[in-house]
Amino acid sequence: MVTSVTSFSRTGLSDWLIQRVTSLVLLAYFIVIAYQLLGSVDYTSWRLLFDQTWMKVFTLMAALSLAAHSWIGLWSVFTDYLTERMLGPKGNVIRLLCQVGVSLALVGYVMWVIVIIWS
Amino acid sequence: MLQVSLYRYNPETDEAPYMQDFSVDTSGRDLMVLDVLELIKADYDGSVTYRRSCREGVCGSDGLNMNGKNGLACITPLSESVKGDKLVIRPLPGLPVIRDLVVDMSLFYAQYEKVQPYLQNPTPAPAIERLQSPEERAQLDGLYECILCACCSTSCPSFWWNPDRFVGPAGLLQAYRFLADSRDTATEARLDKLDDPFSVFRCHGIQNCVNVCPKGLNPTKAIGHIRTMLLNRAT
Repeated sequence: MVTSVTSFSRTGLSDWLIQRVTSLVLLAYFIVIAYQLLGSVDYTSWRLLFDQTWMKVFTLMAALSLAAHSWIGLWSVFTDYLTERMLGPKGNVIRLLCQVGVSLALVGYVMWVIVIIWS
Repeated sequence: MLQVSLYRYNPETDEAPYMQDFSVDTSGRDLMVLDVLELIKADYDGSVTYRRSCREGVCGSDGLNMNGKNGLACITPLSESVKGDKLVIRPLPGLPVIRDLVVDMSLFYAQYEKVQPYLQNPTPAPAIERLQSPEERAQLDGLYECILCACCSTSCPSFWWNPDRFVGPAGLLQAYRFLADSRDTATEARLDKLDDPFSVFRCHGIQNCVNVCPKGLNPTKAIGHIRTMLLNRAT
């Protein structure tokens, strides 16, 4: 067994399942948003939509799903291309720095969503 | 005349690999790519190096990259591979080149070894054989036929980037061959070794392996079965 301390859930199966479940949440969210955009959109209707608790919860779910989905996807990309095999001895350091950057950005985005939606 | 561009590299004399061009007279015959290599070696340059053995798609020695697609040179006709009148022959991608078209397959075999490709059953062996029903035996069709030519694994980007951690399509096809075998009792231990982020789950299902397998096998489907077994076990 190959171990990896930086993968989202430490096991391949959980990462794989989480990525698929989060993709379904995101798909559902984008369908709801697309449906809203197809109707008449103005500030009032948009505000009314996001004032509803279900939409706030749904948006938070989508933001968390996006963060988890992105982390798993980018973790795969980073462990493909930003490795010692590809970049030489500094590969692991570069990958860890990128992973720290991505994790900070994703936490920031989620916090930003919470502030916008719940404030 | 067939224009053949051949990957050449002799680490003892060459600083870097290069492509060497040959104009080969095939007399209009639809030869196999291996026949063209034999012609080049016999008539043009005896130092051209490649692996070959059975010349009928059984031994898996002459896996090569022909005009961008992996396959066995001995059973790939020119009519299937040549574009225009040009044939570019390179070694299997992603593995270290030993010389010309010969690659070092140590990483490939290490992954094969990792899946313990042999029957495991600690119960006393019966006097004659361990029996299977026709249905149980049928589960192994499409799995046991692999000849380990490495065409699939070396066409897989996930294997290119992580050949030390991703088992690869060939190894996983064999992993499932023993997971699916009714006589094998090590299913749980085999699955334990595969449930990490790399061994199985580096497969993103792009099906390059299916596209190039000279035996018409489907490693992606086998990998899907392994995923399902892992999922069923965990839920």
